[in-house]
Amino acid sequence: MNQLLILPVILPAILAGAIILFTRNALNLQRAISVLGTIALLSLTITLTQAPSQAYFLGNWPAPFGIALVLDRLSALMLLLTASLALIILIHTIATGWDTKGRHFHALYLFQLMGLNGAFLTGDAFNLFVFFEVLLIASYGLMVHGGGEARIRAGVQYVAFNLLGSTLFLFALAVIYSTTGTLNMADLAQKLPLIPAGDTALIRVAAVLLMLVFAIKAALVPLQFWLPGTYANAPGPVAALFAVMTKVGAYALIRFGTLIFPTDLPATTTLITSLLYPAALATIAVGAIGTLASQTLPRQIAFAAIGSMGTLLLAVSAFTPQATSAALYYLVHSTLATAALFLIADLTRSRRDGLTAALYMTAAIAMAGMPPLSGFVGKLLILDALRSDPLAWAAILIASLLTMIGFARQGSDLFWKAPNTEGPPQSKIAVLLCLTALTTLTLAAGPITDWLTLTAEALHHPTAYIAANQLGGTK
Amino acid sequence: MEILIATAIGTLTACGIYLMLRARTFPVILGLSLLSYAVNLFLFISGRIKLNAAPIITEGAHYTDPLPQALVLTAIVISFGMTAVLVIMALGAYLTAGHDRIDTEDQP
Repeated sequence: MNQLLILPVILPAILAGAIILFTRNALNLQRAISVLGTIALLSLTITLTQAPSQAYFLGNWPAPFGIALVLDRLSALMLLLTASLALIILIHTIATGWDTKGRHFHALYLFQLMGLNGAFLTGDAFNLFVFFEVLLIASYGLMVHGGGEARIRAGVQYVAFNLLGSTLFLFALAVIYSTTGTLNMADLAQKLPLIPAGDTALIRVAAVLLMLVFAIKAALVPLQFWLPGTYANAPGPVAALFAVMTKVGAYALIRFGTLIFPTDLPATTTLITSLLYPAALATIAVGAIGTLASQTLPRQIAFAAIGSMGTLLLAVSAFTPQATSAALYYLVHSTLATAALFLIADLTRSRRDGLTAALYMTAAIAMAGMPPLSGFVGKLLILDALRSDPLAWAAILIASLLTMIGFARQGSDLFWKAPNTEGPPQSKIAVLLCLTALTTLTLAAGPITDWLTLTAEALHHPTAYIAANQLGGTK
Repeated sequence: MEILIATAIGTLTACGIYLMLRARTFPVILGLSLLSYAVNLFLFISGRIKLNAAPIITEGAHYTDPLPQALVLTAIVISFGMTAVLVIMALGAYLTAGHDRIDTEDQP
């Protein structure tokens, strides 16, 4: 069982290498490898969600010295979400022929999955940096897939912004290493409460730098400027996959906020909360206003994605088990809803018929958080967790209204004023799969929230996570 | 020695940030390179400054922390690769657009 943990990282890496080496010019073979690999990944991650917290030591080096991959419920959830989304988007890519518009789509796609899986699994802060770079470098390639002036110029901005983020990440890691002498996340969780009082200022600086880095990934205001241009100019399926990239930032914030810098840590106390909370509120506002003001559909979805990150991080910033569990439910929902909308936006480029309009309406309802789909359940859970906070209630409710108006206006512009039934009909199976996943998330909300409650409890009391690292050397 | 290294890192960071804020891709790339040099130096000395010491732990001998050296090697390789990608992207943008301004006009 223990050996299975490394597979989500090396399986895509090996397959991507094989695609480049052996099937350079055989697109159908590439597609087969890619689809089979993603299906294998999906079944693997389903197995992993059943597993208890455990660690995999690369090269069998014991934890604080070597690199450890640690699986807990949150990692398993993120892996499962990534694999399911990846399969859906791959189906869309193949059905719409996006992978014929440039070379190496499938190899880059698998490398991207490797980076995402690695980032979710790693138990070492420096290794997290490395996997961030892996997923970013693959995303640079995917983002400019198909070429074109606007896309490449938006790509340059995206790369420059993220390179700056990587630099900040390294500064933060260096500060943490020089104060504590370790970068293993579980080891940090144990050592940080014991640091001498003179070093707390350094740890606070490192904590804020790390938060900035994750806020760049999560597109938190005022670090959201890269997102609308990038998402609106990226190829449709790639933008849909990027829906999970912002969640990497959210994942890292949740992981670091609960494990390494919990609110009862004397050095940072409520530092992260007090910065995250207003930023999340501003993000909700910018997302909602942007959704209302955007002229094109992809750009509008990008702003809606920013708004959903705001809602998500508002719940995260409370740092209570109930709010974290609500945030995780909303995280899964908003990833799938954003992806569905981007896939629909891709379909509307060539044909805007009645069925597409119906799909758009369903996805927009989910994204805005209207009943009956999971967006409503997710927002309800978050509002319930933030019951004592009128500001959060006002922000979330008003933003939902604005988002709904924005999508309604865009939909009537797109499907009523400029319908287009001339274009070639395109396969809608991927969108349907996405919406099916959303429906399942709604119908199975009870069991899923039970599971997420346990996940959130484990996050806020991370003894199992720390024990999995076997820091005492009890191998 | 501390003063020297601290000044070097500070100067590199300041120049890097200044260049990052330019509106053309070439200065931005230079700025990012300077920033990555600064952070590499910073990582390198995060294990404290020790002169004339090998990163090999031997009994009773004078040694320096080997881990930051491993970290900085990784960071150098990654920032080198990333800079190469950025240069190619910037070149692609320059060749397709005919200019190297980094801002993108908002869509109508």
